[in-house]
Amino acid sequence: MIPPWTPDEMMTVAAARLLWDRCVCFVGIGLPSAAANLARHAHAPDIVLIYESGTVGTRPDVLPLSIGDGELAETATAVVPLPEIFAYWLQGGRVDVGFLGAAQIDRFGNLNSTVIGDYAHPKTRLPGAGGAPEIASNARQVFVVLKQNPRSFVSRLDFRSSAGFLEGGGARARMGAPGAGPQVVITDLGILRPAPDTDELRLVARYEGVPVDRAVNATGWPLRIADHVDVVAPPTDEEIGVLRDLHERTRAAHSRRVRVPY
Amino acid sequence: MALMTLPDAVRRHVKDGQTLAMEGFTHLIPFAAAHEIIRQGRTDLHLVRMTPDIIYDQMIGAGCARALTFSWGGNPGVGSLHRLRDAVEQRWPRPIEIIEHSHAGMAASYTAGASNLPFGLLRGYLGTDLPRVNAQVKSVTCPYTGESIATVPALRPDLTVLHAQRADRSGNVLLQGILGAQKEAAMAAKELLVTVEEIVDRLDAPMNAVVLPGWVVTAVACVPGGAYPSYAQGHYSRDNAFYLAWDEISRDRDTFRRWMDAHVLGVPDHAAFLKSLGVAAASREPQAGEAR
Repeated sequence: MIPPWTPDEMMTVAAARLLWDRCVCFVGIGLPSAAANLARHAHAPDIVLIYESGTVGTRPDVLPLSIGDGELAETATAVVPLPEIFAYWLQGGRVDVGFLGAAQIDRFGNLNSTVIGDYAHPKTRLPGAGGAPEIASNARQVFVVLKQNPRSFVSRLDFRSSAGFLEGGGARARMGAPGAGPQVVITDLGILRPAPDTDELRLVARYEGVPVDRAVNATGWPLRIADHVDVVAPPTDEEIGVLRDLHERTRAAHSRRVRVPY
Repeated sequence: MALMTLPDAVRRHVKDGQTLAMEGFTHLIPFAAAHEIIRQGRTDLHLVRMTPDIIYDQMIGAGCARALTFSWGGNPGVGSLHRLRDAVEQRWPRPIEIIEHSHAGMAASYTAGASNLPFGLLRGYLGTDLPRVNAQVKSVTCPYTGESIATVPALRPDLTVLHAQRADRSGNVLLQGILGAQKEAAMAAKELLVTVEEIVDRLDAPMNAVVLPGWVVTAVACVPGGAYPSYAQGHYSRDNAFYLAWDEISRDRDTFRRWMDAHVLGVPDHAAFLKSLGVAAASREPQAGEAR
C-alpha cells in the first residue's frame, strides 16, 4: 500500500515534531525552514525563529525562498544587522537549536556544503558554508535534516564545512566547541542520533513501512543500529494539511509577478 | 557628497582592478549599479560580497572579476549560481581566484575594516576545512583567558556600492529593513557610492534609524527600482519568480550571453532594463516566447 504522504513530507513532519514551543531556533533555508514553520503552525506557536538575515522571532505566512525575503522582516519581532545576529545572538549563546541541511554528512555528523571533489579543481562547486560553521559550533545543539542516500551519507567528506563530532570519541568536546553538536539527524528514511560513547550516528527510529535495511543500504558506511529502533508515528491529517497548505501558499507567492512601481 | 547620474558615478569611481564590495543581504542589492559597471566594461575587479547572488553571477559571467571574496555562493532557495560555478570549475570566461569565508567571518572582517582594526575575531571556523583553503583565517591566543580565537583580516574595499530607500539633497542616506553587513561595508570602504529609490527634501529618519550621513558618502545616484530583481522594503518585493527563472537563463553560456545582450548590454539604463523585462508598471507584458 502506498501511504498518503511522501517520504519528504514524513521527513519534514518528523523534524518539526522535535522542535518545542518557545524554543529558540536558528533556521537554515530549505528543508529546515519548512520543518520549523510547520512546527510553528502546528504545535509550537511561540517558537522563536531566527534567520541569519537578522530577523528575530519571525512569523512568515509562506516559506521564504531566500533567507532574506521581505516577509521575514515584516513579521519579525526585531530586525538586527547581520554582524549582530552572529555576534550577540548566536555567539552570545541565545540559540537552543541550530537547524541545518547539507549536501553530505559523515558518520560523526560533520557536514559538507562546499565542494564535491578536490577544492582547487572541484567536480561540483556547491554554494558553500554560509552561516553553518558558526551555527554548528555555537548553537546549544544542532539538528540536521537531509535525504539519505549513498551520495549524501558518505564514508569520507570531500570537504568539512561544519564540524559535527570530528573523528568522534569526544574529539568535539576536546576542541572546545561551545555547543553540544548534532544531536539528531532526520532523513527521509528515519532518525539518527549519536552514540554517547563514540559519537557515531546510529539509526534510532524508522518510519512506518520503511525497513531498517533500506536505511542501511542508503548509507555509505556500515550504519550502526540502536538496540531498540522506534517506529515514528505517521503524519496526522492535521500535520499533512498544514504542511501542504504552507507549500501551496508558498508556490502561489513565489510565482506571482512583481511590479516595480515606476 | 555629490549627486550625479549613475553612469557618471561609475565612470568616476569604479576603476579596473579595484577591490569592490556591493553589499545587501538578499535585500537592497545594487543591481542597477552592477549593470552599469558591466556596460562600461570594467574588468579585473576583486569582487567582495557575502552572498554573490545573481548580481555577481552576472558580473562574473560578463568577465568583470579576477577574484571573489565571499561566504555563500548560491541562488538562494533555488540552487547553484551557474556562472560562478562555470568560472570556478571550467575557468570560463576567465579563471577566478576565490577567497572563501563563513558569514560570521566576513561580518567580522567588515566590522574590523570599519573600526580601523587590523583583524576581526570570532568563535568561528572551529573544526572546519576553511582555514586549510583560506590562509587568511588564523587564530590568536586570548591574553585574558588563554583561549584560541579565530581571526580574519580587516576588509577595506576601495569602493563599496549600496542601494537604499532614500537620500535627502545633502546626501544623507536612510536604509530600512534587512541590513546585512551594509553599514559595516560602507564604513570600511575608502569610497562609498549609493543608489537610492528616491531623493527627498526631508529624510524624516526615525531616531536610531540606520542613516549614513552625507559626509561619509562619496556619491549618490537616484535609480528607482535599482535593486530589482532584489527588493526595496516599502517599494517593491523580491521577484522570486525571476530568481527561479535565472536558473534556466544562466545554466548555458549562450543563453546567458543572449539574455545579457538583450537586457543589460543592449539597454541604455535601468529604466530600460525594467521595461525590457515587462516589470515596470508602465510597460507592456512580455510576449510569449520572448526572453524575460
